[in-house]
Amino acid sequence: MEAIACRDCDLLQHIPPLPPGGKARCARCGETLATGHADPFRLPLVFTIAATIAFIIANTTPLMDLSAVGRESSTTIFGGALEMWEQGSQITAVAVAFCAVIAPGCHLLFLLAVLIAVRRPPAPRWVGEMLRSAHFMEPWSMTEVMMLGILVALFKIAQLATVIPGTGMFAAGVFVFLLAAVLVTLDSREVWARIKWADGTLPPTSAGTDAAGTAR
Amino acid sequence: MSTPAMSAFEAGLLSCTTCNLLSRPADPANPGYCPRCGAHLVWRRHHSIQYTWALIIAATIFYIPANLLPVLTTTALGSTESDTIMGGVIFLYTSGSWPLALIVLVASVMIPLGKLIALAYLLIQVQRRRVRNRHDSARMYRVVEFIGRWSMLDVFVDAFVVALVQLQPLMSVEPGPGVVFFMAVVVLTMLAAQTFDPRLLWDSERERQEFNG
Repeated sequence: MEAIACRDCDLLQHIPPLPPGGKARCARCGETLATGHADPFRLPLVFTIAATIAFIIANTTPLMDLSAVGRESSTTIFGGALEMWEQGSQITAVAVAFCAVIAPGCHLLFLLAVLIAVRRPPAPRWVGEMLRSAHFMEPWSMTEVMMLGILVALFKIAQLATVIPGTGMFAAGVFVFLLAAVLVTLDSREVWARIKWADGTLPPTSAGTDAAGTAR
Repeated sequence: MSTPAMSAFEAGLLSCTTCNLLSRPADPANPGYCPRCGAHLVWRRHHSIQYTWALIIAATIFYIPANLLPVLTTTALGSTESDTIMGGVIFLYTSGSWPLALIVLVASVMIPLGKLIALAYLLIQVQRRRVRNRHDSARMYRVVEFIGRWSMLDVFVDAFVVALVQLQPLMSVEPGPGVVFFMAVVVLTMLAAQTFDPRLLWDSERERQEFNG
């Protein structure tokens, strides 16, 4: 236990071990002295919700507008795939749609379901299935590759026409950063530690410690 | 911890590929399912070497038309012009943007080829049962796994050029047949990296006899 003097009233006291999210208040004046290490899923959840908003904007607003000799055209992410389809390259169109829209969308959806369900442990088994699907989608979700692709495409077109980046482009850029933040802050071991086991037993109560430690 | 270094297999333990839980299978020949996540348990990915070879060979075959066939066909005022991937790189370079030319060259030509060579090299090492430098090989595998998705770059470039430059009747761009082959190379090499089991690089002689005999 750690001794501390209250910042507000100078009362000397010990801080007991705190549960996650718990708070220690001063016995005399009520000032918050310490907080238990925060819920490990709060930050990833916040980033995931923000990423979902950015993703929706990126997919519904035009990526860029192009004007050349008095003619104008604009495209969304999905529009890029659709045009490929109409020009007779259906397989490529499906791949573009999958890597740029479907995979990132499913990835976000699965993560969101996992992060919401895991807040109340023990989480049901489908949460594990969702987490597995999210991991499966991860390498195929290529928004950052698409952004670089758009940059190259813009340069190729720049000599033919004037191109103005639209709202969708900025939203896609924000989405790339937010998704990276989700992946950095989310620890899948913490998720697994809270999911009900397939054999019907509840997860070990010491959430966060890896079961591997006890197996030896 | 002062226990001597040993693999999970040597300790009679099996790690779940889905949730990473260690468990002790009752019957090592038939490990069954993970008690936590219910996934099928395997000591090493089944037929990892054969599947990875199959995917690499298929990708190598597709690599040829991917580079020889045009990826974009531009029609402007009646004249038609076709561009291969290399042609696109040269276009970017000659129009004054060598950084972008370099990015496309690396992503579209060098990474796919490098991945094929690297995976073949890893497989040959595993099959000859002599992994020269395990740390370097493991690093090579990680780079291959991480970098693979960036090859998709050219497919996105083509898709957005096609989507934007539709100014009929003045000018239009159509995707060429090379794009499909190129995309197939990228997808197949990504799958090849996923089917390769990196644990094979670290296996001891006894483990090799068990999994790679």
